[in-house]
Amino acid sequence: MHFLDRPPRFLFFTGKGGVGKTSLACAAAVHLASKGKRVLLVSTDPASNVGQVFGFPIGHRIAALPDVPNLSALEIDPQAAAQAYRDRIVGPVRGRLPEAVVHGIEEQLSGACTTEIAAFDEFTELLLDSSLTAGFDHIVFDTAPTGHTIRLLQLPGAWSGFLEAGKGDVSCLGPVAGLEKQRSQYKAAVDALADPARTRLILVARAQAAALREVARTHEELAAIGLSQQVLVLNGVFPSDEAEGDPLASSIWRREQDALQALPAALRRLPRDDIPLKPFNLVGLDALRRLLRDDGGRQEPPEASSALPRSGSALSSLADEIASQGRGLVLLMGKGGVGKTTLAAALAVTLADRGLPVHLTTSDPAAHLAETLEGSLARLTVSRIDPQEETARYRRHVLETRGAHLDAAGRALLEEDLRSPCTEEIAVFHAFSRILREAETKFVILDTAPTGHTLLLLDAAGAYHREVSRQMDKRGVRDATPMMRLQDTKETKVLIVTLAETTPVLEAAGLQADLRRAGIEPWAWVVNGSMAASNPRSALLQRRARNEWREIEAVAADHAKRFALVPLLAYEPVGPDRLRELVG
Amino acid sequence: MTTIEIFEPPLCCSTGVCGTEVDQELVDFAADVEWAKQTGTTIRRWNLAQQPLAFAENAIVKAFLERSGQEALPLVLVGGEVALAGRYPRRAELARWAGLEQEGAESDGDCCSGNCCC
Repeated sequence: MHFLDRPPRFLFFTGKGGVGKTSLACAAAVHLASKGKRVLLVSTDPASNVGQVFGFPIGHRIAALPDVPNLSALEIDPQAAAQAYRDRIVGPVRGRLPEAVVHGIEEQLSGACTTEIAAFDEFTELLLDSSLTAGFDHIVFDTAPTGHTIRLLQLPGAWSGFLEAGKGDVSCLGPVAGLEKQRSQYKAAVDALADPARTRLILVARAQAAALREVARTHEELAAIGLSQQVLVLNGVFPSDEAEGDPLASSIWRREQDALQALPAALRRLPRDDIPLKPFNLVGLDALRRLLRDDGGRQEPPEASSALPRSGSALSSLADEIASQGRGLVLLMGKGGVGKTTLAAALAVTLADRGLPVHLTTSDPAAHLAETLEGSLARLTVSRIDPQEETARYRRHVLETRGAHLDAAGRALLEEDLRSPCTEEIAVFHAFSRILREAETKFVILDTAPTGHTLLLLDAAGAYHREVSRQMDKRGVRDATPMMRLQDTKETKVLIVTLAETTPVLEAAGLQADLRRAGIEPWAWVVNGSMAASNPRSALLQRRARNEWREIEAVAADHAKRFALVPLLAYEPVGPDRLRELVG
Repeated sequence: MTTIEIFEPPLCCSTGVCGTEVDQELVDFAADVEWAKQTGTTIRRWNLAQQPLAFAENAIVKAFLERSGQEALPLVLVGGEVALAGRYPRRAELARWAGLEQEGAESDGDCCSGNCCC
């Protein structure tokens, strides 16, 4: 395995939720520990389930795993980190300032910037030479800085003025006052990340075209900031000897082989490991050890396939209910890679088929699917929110209007602020709220950006709501804010999209909890790409399908008010006809 | 030298670009603060979201918050005394408090110093 060959001190696994990066990080940690290395495994995944994988509770303190000599683990919970961070700022004034004021400050510190900065703050410590990490040969992270965090990592340079000159002049770096470390420490952490002798980045993906395009972008972004030692791991590759005799199996195999043939050029240059799809779930020590072994899947006789849970219906029954409203906003939410764009397109097609006017908007950067629908149906319009384009436009707009008459120093400050992480979310939110209004006369169907922007958008909606409320008080004018629309279940139906796998379901449950905190009640869940729903004949797929039951039952019993089960199809659901089949 | 202190409502950032709408007043003010600093004026901004302790520890500011609430911010203290409340100062006001001649000032004294007040 290239990714375990002469490993440096720091190993970062990055990839979308559900591609198996936590499993691989755990397996790598177990592997290195078995070679006598002292290993610290760090999980910063919000849906942190390292404890679940090992069957041993892991907390916010470094704990030795009793069953694995040489291996310790630690979970960093970004939400808890943000809370601790809020407490550092708000704690000293609680009881000293009016309660409403304290509450207002807490609200301000509940945004995404705070969570990111706070998580990075904790993360930093582990990248430094300290007594905390001195006893370990390797530190394995089941996550890595991506997307927003990349920009965050670039910030320490921008912080220099603030941290060296003292308080007061901070521009858009968020609540830096809550940070505990010195600038030199943040710089040392970034240096460690960007040092190929110390840090290896392991890009984990499934052998799927869209996922590989996404990974190619991540690779380039991170390489650009110095993380040049990268290895590609393709996890769950469908084995060729299983492709026979089952149309679904052979189609999955063929699709993956096509995707690998068309591997983006940037990824071809990387060392690559292919890990075949295993019939078992990667929970427990034994499964982890078998993951990296070639003989991994012991052939167990397939059991008779069981029937679908009665509560799970086809997507068409959700579509019926949605259609009966005649108009409104339909939001598909979920982590990247669960198929939000595809399902949004499928719903759009089926609503348009019923003679309803539909506007499908996708913010998926790889939104070629939506483009193939453009012009195909009379009542369907398709548009796209491109986060990068929106951000660039927003920056330009601000500089041209608000910044036009500023002097050089003022303009420099404004430009600095426009490079901040919030700018992209704000820009996307502007595009988002422009489209919301259309839901007054038609259906507006939105997926969300695959990097999990959803909550950031809602944060922005929350801020906007408060802003508009204030304006409302002044002017006495009533208007529905985006947040009010999102909270109104008659106006808005939120569909949580997930896969029937452990991490995606946990992530979706976390997303639902966050939505509920914002006063938004998800209307339904959609379990996408289900092998259980596609009744496979292949023995491997049947075992995979059986593994899905536990997750599907958890969705039905614990999470969803109503849910639909969408089968994994033998072909890519591109174009109206195939999308219709997806709806069932 | 006189110290000018501005106690601001909770903000994500000093130019306000993080808000859902860019606040022109804040954008201008951020530039004016930069300008004042270039002239050597001691000027400090305190953000309620980021430095609440500065609010709690100043008796005047604390009393102001208790009486009028955070909606009444910003509050400007010059030499420790209340100079302005409820809006951001204009460049001309900063210049007066700091005892500065405003360079390149087209005699805009009380009016039109970057904001649309006329």
